[in-house]
Amino acid sequence: MKYKLQYKRYSERAILIEWPSGIDENILHDLLFFKKSILSFYDKPIVEVISAYNSLLIYYVSTIEDFYDEVLMLKSLYSKGFGETRSESKLWKIPVCYATSLAQDLEAFAESKSLTIEEIIRLHTTPLYTAYFIGFLPGFLYLGGLDDQLHNARKMTPSLHVKKGAVAIGGSQTGIYPINSPGGWHVIGMCPLDFFNPKTEDCCFISSGDKIQFISIEENEYNDISTSILNNTYMPKSVSL
Amino acid sequence: MIADVEIVKPGLFTTIQDEGRFGFSKYGIPKSGAMDQVSFGFANLILGNTKNAACIEWTIQPPVLKFHEETTIVLTGGKTDAFLNDQKIEMYREIQVCKNDILKINFCKKGVYGYVGIKNGFLSEEVLYSRSFYKSITLQFRLDKNDKIPYQSSRDYTDHFSAISPPLFLENSNELEVYKGPEFDMLNDAQKSKVLESVFTISNTINRMAIQLEEKIPNILPSIITSPVLPGTIQLTPSGSLIVLMRDCQTTGGYPRVLQLTETSINHIAQKRMKEKCSFRLIEF
Repeated sequence: MKYKLQYKRYSERAILIEWPSGIDENILHDLLFFKKSILSFYDKPIVEVISAYNSLLIYYVSTIEDFYDEVLMLKSLYSKGFGETRSESKLWKIPVCYATSLAQDLEAFAESKSLTIEEIIRLHTTPLYTAYFIGFLPGFLYLGGLDDQLHNARKMTPSLHVKKGAVAIGGSQTGIYPINSPGGWHVIGMCPLDFFNPKTEDCCFISSGDKIQFISIEENEYNDISTSILNNTYMPKSVSL
Repeated sequence: MIADVEIVKPGLFTTIQDEGRFGFSKYGIPKSGAMDQVSFGFANLILGNTKNAACIEWTIQPPVLKFHEETTIVLTGGKTDAFLNDQKIEMYREIQVCKNDILKINFCKKGVYGYVGIKNGFLSEEVLYSRSFYKSITLQFRLDKNDKIPYQSSRDYTDHFSAISPPLFLENSNELEVYKGPEFDMLNDAQKSKVLESVFTISNTINRMAIQLEEKIPNILPSIITSPVLPGTIQLTPSGSLIVLMRDCQTTGGYPRVLQLTETSINHIAQKRMKEKCSFRLIEF
């Protein structure tokens, strides 16, 4: 399906392309497909494309000489594309330890939602979440698909220290903190994996469009996986979709 | 030969910066890079360096540096008095440095960010094609006392007897050129004229990520679906504050993007201090 897109000039070096507003997987796939054709049309160093739920921002290394020419070119690129061919995506099995000893907010969260910890684990590990894009922090995935029963307003006062690996819920979203950071979400679990590694050019192993499922693990497994990550012997598990 | 410069005193907030990272925002990595790209660019231009050679960036209170081998340096950006072994030196011209020379720069008189450029650039750790410091990407996010930064020593100093006049950012213009942001037209007429006709004051919340302005805009818009942002994007927060995103900003944000500064204006506002004024003039593309 093709959408009616809006092209806006954003700055002397950037063009914004907007899809209809909303969090929608069909939009995501159309947007990722267009992103891919833009990046393969240009030589790599000329543009970078920032994607979010329903927009792409194309940022050029230098000033855009003729905005209208550029937009015409982008429009023809979009009309040529075949949105039906979805790019390859993967399903990642992400281990999470939901032990109250590690997850600082789990008990309070369960109480505020009038759910048992077992129910929270079941509700959080059942969906296949969609990775829409990375933003907020290096390696932070915006995931869609959190069960309504787990929606919970952010903390009134953000915590100053949320640990790397914290699996948290804020509003209608869930996510994993890739690095230590302040944050206003409720921490309900800990994931031992590294979601951001600036030492490799491919800094994040999960890409936009991939799926994620959380797998509940015990504290001893959490410690074992943490150790094998330190020794560089752990490979994140995935299946092709 | 590779020598190093020693941080005798670190100053208020001193980092290594270059043009920043390009092409990694898909991982949520900020652009970073020198806050005032014009002053930074002058440093490399005067030294005949490549455009992206890394400089030391200081903030209001400059560092004290000791150079362990011969080289050539230049000072640009925030206006200040500088001394090499207690001998006053000029900004915006090549300065010959000998083994064990000590560079002292006084508290900044005007502007916020200054640059110490060096022949062939500072050679600190390079991550994703940039040496710009950023927490969680580079090992260090600021320079501390006794740190040592490597550089290639150089003996090819020739006095050109020329200096470049400081660029125009230090002139007293408070007007910043802006484009309409993607959500500008969601503002009502009263809000639009408030944004474009008010004089704003730089608040005390200033850092490499963002500059917050003091005056508030009433009747704010709701948040938007998380969308891309760039350095120079001006967001309107739920409390009615305008936040000007700067070089270390996140790649996406959820507040309405009401204005976008031109590249020149980003460098210009970077050099404004707390309590200084600014206003916005809308320009067409």
